[in-house]
Amino acid sequence: MITRLLLRSLDRGSYWFLGALALIALLVPALHLLLPPESALHVPGYAVALMGKYLCYGLLALSVDLVWGYCGILSLGHGAFFALGGYAMGMYLMRQIGDRGVYANPELPDFMVFLNWSELPWYWYGFDSFAFALAMVIIVPGILAFVFGWLAFRSRVTGVYLSIITQALTYALMLAFFRNEMGFGGNNGLTDFKDILGFSLQSDTTRTTLFAASAIAVGLGYILCRLITRSRAGMVLTAIRDAESRTRFLGYRVEHYKLMVFVVSACLAGIAGALYVPQVGIINPGEFAPANSIEIVIAVAVGGRGTLIGAVLGAVLISYAKTWFTGELPELWLFALGGLFVAVTLFLPKGLAGFVLQRWQALADRKAQPGPSQTATNEGAAQ
Amino acid sequence: MYCLRYLLIPLLCALIGISNASRPAQAADLETALSGLAEKSFKSRLKAVDEIAATQDERASEILETLTKGKLFVANPGKHIVMEDPATSGAYLFAATGESAGSYAKAAIKKVKINNRMRSAIRKALGTLTLGSKDRNRRLTAARSIFNTRDVSALPLLTNAIAAETDTAVKREMERARAAALLASEADESDKLAAIEIIASMGNQDALALLTQVADSNSGVVAERAERAIAEMKSTLALWGTAQNVVYGISLGSVLLLAAIGLAITFGVMGVINMAHGEMVMIGAYVTYVVQDVIRASMPGLFDWSLLIALPLAFGVTALIGIAMERGIIRFLYGRPLETLLATWGVSLILQQAVRSIFGPNNRLVGNPSWMSGSLELGQLTLTYNRLCIIAFTLVIFAALFVAMRKTSFGLQMRAVVQNRRMSAAMGIRTKWVDALTFGLGSGIAGLAGVAISQIDNVGPNLGQSYIIDSFMVVVFGGVGNLWGTLVGAMTLGVANKFLEPYSGAVLAKILVLVFIILFIQKRPKGLFALKGRGVEA
Repeated sequence: MITRLLLRSLDRGSYWFLGALALIALLVPALHLLLPPESALHVPGYAVALMGKYLCYGLLALSVDLVWGYCGILSLGHGAFFALGGYAMGMYLMRQIGDRGVYANPELPDFMVFLNWSELPWYWYGFDSFAFALAMVIIVPGILAFVFGWLAFRSRVTGVYLSIITQALTYALMLAFFRNEMGFGGNNGLTDFKDILGFSLQSDTTRTTLFAASAIAVGLGYILCRLITRSRAGMVLTAIRDAESRTRFLGYRVEHYKLMVFVVSACLAGIAGALYVPQVGIINPGEFAPANSIEIVIAVAVGGRGTLIGAVLGAVLISYAKTWFTGELPELWLFALGGLFVAVTLFLPKGLAGFVLQRWQALADRKAQPGPSQTATNEGAAQ
Repeated sequence: MYCLRYLLIPLLCALIGISNASRPAQAADLETALSGLAEKSFKSRLKAVDEIAATQDERASEILETLTKGKLFVANPGKHIVMEDPATSGAYLFAATGESAGSYAKAAIKKVKINNRMRSAIRKALGTLTLGSKDRNRRLTAARSIFNTRDVSALPLLTNAIAAETDTAVKREMERARAAALLASEADESDKLAAIEIIASMGNQDALALLTQVADSNSGVVAERAERAIAEMKSTLALWGTAQNVVYGISLGSVLLLAAIGLAITFGVMGVINMAHGEMVMIGAYVTYVVQDVIRASMPGLFDWSLLIALPLAFGVTALIGIAMERGIIRFLYGRPLETLLATWGVSLILQQAVRSIFGPNNRLVGNPSWMSGSLELGQLTLTYNRLCIIAFTLVIFAALFVAMRKTSFGLQMRAVVQNRRMSAAMGIRTKWVDALTFGLGSGIAGLAGVAISQIDNVGPNLGQSYIIDSFMVVVFGGVGNLWGTLVGAMTLGVANKFLEPYSGAVLAKILVLVFIILFIQKRPKGLFALKGRGVEA
């Protein structure tokens, strides 16, 4: 039955995408591990970590596209869920350091010793266990999204209001995590990680494994999103996006659907954050900055809203562009990004993927029957 | 008490010997007192200082000040005490009379040396001597210095000076000083009780500290009275603290209002979220910087006018940028608020980077004009003039905007468009023009806010970012399309922030306010003052 569901949900594009992901997941580690460093095709270690990072952003973009592209909820605070997942993973990694920190305290992380704390705060309990940390990676963002979404959707906070308060949410969390008293390392965040599950984070195999895990996570996340959007519930979500009031009058409990998709999306973002932290090696309150969340939203817009594949590609593209610009032309990066925001919203309202699909569709239509092409107007989509 | 004082005055006058009749005798006194300074031993010189002070001569304070500076000399022959003539170099004056003493050879004069004991004696003597000074401010300082030192020996002089004083403010200060000295002395209980009354009426932290000391060092009725006064003062001080929080809150609220009001207009009228609004504030602040820079370089005399020159320029520059944004980008995105949000965010990034490229990433110094520095003391409140100016400026802007919205035809058209865009268009209002001008107006006001904010905050490329979220909170909290909502929202948030700060610290206060708004918006999704009507749900 699950196979049938999968077969029904995945179209040809999906197979191509998943195939490409699988190829990357195998090829990059192989090129890194098997080829000698002097080979032209050898992928250096930093590039593996960098690509792993891009994939994490891809997963985050996927989660944003799920709520924005399919349900019309523009969250400018998804970075918060991403960072919370990251902090959960970071806490596990901190506990793994044990007595190898600067202060060599077997009980407390360095920053707590530095603050003269005598014992571990209660919310750090349990993070010695990988399974517990993994659970928290999903549960913490999920609970936050549930509480926040329940309050917001129940009282019908929609549109730009919702965007603004999600932004306020991540801003408030950023300020909170900057405080040393919170017990999450304050300004410096969590860093100086040593190993994960006993494997050193510096080793090639761990790095490639994490990369492959990220690719697999993107693949699984993609399948999950496809399953949701192609299901009956997914149809309702699209209906809510296009005409919320009408859907409500038809008898659907709009807020339940929204809440469901919001929580799922937050969990995905949390997982993305959890994969991000061991590959980057640090998590600090800067990840909560509203600008980060908006950047990922624009990545989705560039790639193509409501296409899933486009979101992932957009995120990888934007992240790569950011790496390139900040390396080569740091002065111009914000000009390029800002210009991209404006250009995409003005000229490519459906993003790159939407643009390609539209051309393709027009071409197919022209082949099928000469005459005026029938492209469905999607004016309501923007609301 | 007063009767007692009147009885005492003639007595004291007689004792110390101040009266016009005794003037000639006094100059001689001063001369004899001065001659003590020529003595070898420190002890006799110390005595001489006291004697000089006791003469209460007009020249005494000048002589003692010269002495502390080491500019008093013994001139031979004759052991005259002389000081340098400020008018002609190399010439000297007789210290006692101030008359010219001619010039002396370097070898003929010797500096009067002083030690630390003499120095403190001089300081004390100066404190009491200046009580009789002609300069009002010097008398005031003298009274305050006695209040702080609680010098018991100054009591008779003080009593004397109080009787002669005509300036009420100085007199009050002197009475306080006298009360403080009395409390430190061995005066009888009734005097001390009266002194406590006077000190308690001051009601500030100094008085509180003094009374606490009195309560500790005395016993019986005096200590009891002091305790009571302390309790009363603490409650009044708490009241002042509340007043201070309110005033600081209003000050913060007015800054928020300035930053948010333009946003409220664009959001209210066009439903457009302008994420570049913060950058308009930033550009306004940079305009101020440029204006001041030009003035500093070319005509420094105009510096006090720099803000007034910057205001119209800032308004013009930001309004033009706003109109350009509306015509170039936003008008293509009407009806798609989320896309507008993203596009304006893009514009904000470009503006930020542009300013960073032109002016550099560091903060720029924007000066306060002289009329804005200093502060006003109101009871226990200290209000800096720049904060007061910003509050006043905000109110002026708010009132002007309010009048513009209510009384001008443009305001009428704007309100019509808010309520029903299509109907307005049908009635012949050029809604596109209204949109462009409204956006220009909103941006221009942000520019004005930037001029004001440049006076209290760092002017850097990230200035706008730090205000944008707060401004959004104000707009969301206050409700859209209603200036009163913005006013109430800004003031509430400002005051709430300041009241939370002492308990939780500034950062936590901000977080609490954000959480409060997130919860509040559940209750009233359209803000405090929501528009009612058909157009609203669109």
